Amino acid sequence: MRIIRAFSFLLTLLLVAAVAFLFVAWRSEIPVDEQAASAAHPPELVAKGAQLAAVGNCIACHTVPGKPAFSGGLAVPTPFGTIHSTNITPDPETGIGHWSEAAFERAMREGVDRDGNHLYPAFPYDHFTWVTPEDNKALYAFLMTRQPVKAETPDNSLTFPLEFRPLLAGWKLLFFRKGQLQPDPGQSAEWNRGRYLSEGLGHCGACHTPRNSLGAEDVERHFAGGEAEGWQAYAIDENSKAPVPWDAESLAFYLRNGWHELHGVSRGPMAEVTGNLSLLPDSDIAAISIYVASLMGEPSPERLQKAEQLRAQFGGGRIIQASDSQTPPAPAASDHPGAAIYQAACATCHESGRQQPFGGLNFALSTAVHAPNPQNVVNVTLFGLPPADGKASAVMPGFAAMLTDRQIADLLAYMREQFSDEAAWQDLEAQVANTRSGKYHVAVRPSDGIERAPHNVGAKEE
Amino acid sequence: MAISLKVNGEDKRIDADPATPLLYVLRDDLALNGAKYGCGLGQCGSCMVVVNGEAVLSCMTPVMLMEGREITTVEGLGTIEEPGPLQQAFIEMQAAQCGYCIPGMMMSAHALLRRNANPSDEDIRQALGTNLCRCGTHMRIMAAIRRAGELMQAAGLPAAGEGRTG
Repeated sequence: MRIIRAFSFLLTLLLVAAVAFLFVAWRSEIPVDEQAASAAHPPELVAKGAQLAAVGNCIACHTVPGKPAFSGGLAVPTPFGTIHSTNITPDPETGIGHWSEAAFERAMREGVDRDGNHLYPAFPYDHFTWVTPEDNKALYAFLMTRQPVKAETPDNSLTFPLEFRPLLAGWKLLFFRKGQLQPDPGQSAEWNRGRYLSEGLGHCGACHTPRNSLGAEDVERHFAGGEAEGWQAYAIDENSKAPVPWDAESLAFYLRNGWHELHGVSRGPMAEVTGNLSLLPDSDIAAISIYVASLMGEPSPERLQKAEQLRAQFGGGRIIQASDSQTPPAPAASDHPGAAIYQAACATCHESGRQQPFGGLNFALSTAVHAPNPQNVVNVTLFGLPPADGKASAVMPGFAAMLTDRQIADLLAYMREQFSDEAAWQDLEAQVANTRSGKYHVAVRPSDGIERAPHNVGAKEE
Repeated sequence: MAISLKVNGEDKRIDADPATPLLYVLRDDLALNGAKYGCGLGQCGSCMVVVNGEAVLSCMTPVMLMEGREITTVEGLGTIEEPGPLQQAFIEMQAAQCGYCIPGMMMSAHALLRRNANPSDEDIRQALGTNLCRCGTHMRIMAAIRRAGELMQAAGLPAAGEGRTG
């Protein structure tokens, strides 16, 4: 009797908990809006939306390279399985053609789709929740005036039980705070604008902030460095390893042009970001730079002193004598096994003194060589920087066919020793082998945009 | 320093500074003048050769790294009397204008056709993306590579060059 009573009590408790959870988790459907895709939007609003979509880099996740923009279907690998991005063209059946502005706004603000399903936080609504209603209106106008594309989104394949979307309500309780970003009255209007763009739609932290075991950004380590598509997203807080510390001016130049003479070129997923930002007015680029530079803090006197030396050595205004393979390389600087490879294969470009973005960056200036994880320099050594199609771009040949894993490991170990004061990287050869084989998946694409540059020249997945 | 190389199936011993680019060894020491000096920076593709089956820019490849590897140059694809399928196809399609880029183009194509004897235009464009031609014969080059694929399949070659070197 007692057992039965205890059992029924437990069952009731479970039932109550389940009902309570479903109550928290449940979101209503927002009715179909048959007219949504055919509604007219003022051209100025659409143009503003285009700029904002560029800030949000929507195209990068919502497009399979080579396929029509925004038609979704890109497989996004996560530690919890593969998620496919959705079709956000105004196709009524497979896209968001039946979504009212309210439905779009709710997806941005709360991470819930029109049907009332919770969305996976691969869609960075933890940032997009801060986007203002006016900006959402413009984004909506832009997306609803794109060419509708009929393209079904493939099913996700996630570890059990994560396919059950109501569980995401639990994730949201733990990690998601809906709301508007309150301006900081102690900071300038520009800084606040920069914070709004970087933390909101720009979602810089989605890549540049490390994530915890449940896939949420570790707020304690904001901008301390993360990972994206097999590339290291460098620390952009006080942990930045850039040999010449970034400031608002150099950041603005980099974000505007995709390169900086003392930092090199943007590549990997960041090349898409700087490419997209070309739509933004200078004032917004400046605002983002002022905000991000403020988080990097004041560099130590030692760092500044070192930077001054580097600036004098490599900064603009020098007369450049370009060299090529007809210039005999200097003898190897040491008997390190990587030194001879470096001198013969790398130094001819990287020490030629040719200016960015077309010359090789001197590694004394390279964040990649100073970073805690060598992944980016491994990627570039193996696969190079593929040229953009039909326009001038930074370019570097890949060395995968020329150098063995051991040779690359020796080379990178030498570069680390020669150009930085940082501790040696561990297990380089294995890291090179895994990157080469595709066991560690890296997307390597030309920098000229998702639709025009479909090919991933990195290793195919195993 | 004495270095042993395997070029177009033959063992060669040369004496060179280990940092010398492979291109100069091929041209100056071995009189294989097919591979061309274009930019010297690995950006134009006219120096392309095939190493262990993959296209490699010989102008920036130090010869010391080539010990024990199988190198194929355009001379290894056939002879004047008996041109290989790629050479035959380039002749048939009249793919050369000034011809300077063509050996590099052919070696990139050779590496591609070894992997895939029936490449799509997209595959060809991608494989030859770093081979520049300033005469503008690209359409004929594409046609020649498609034709070479056909010739190889017709000849029953599983992939280019299996019966030859590299």
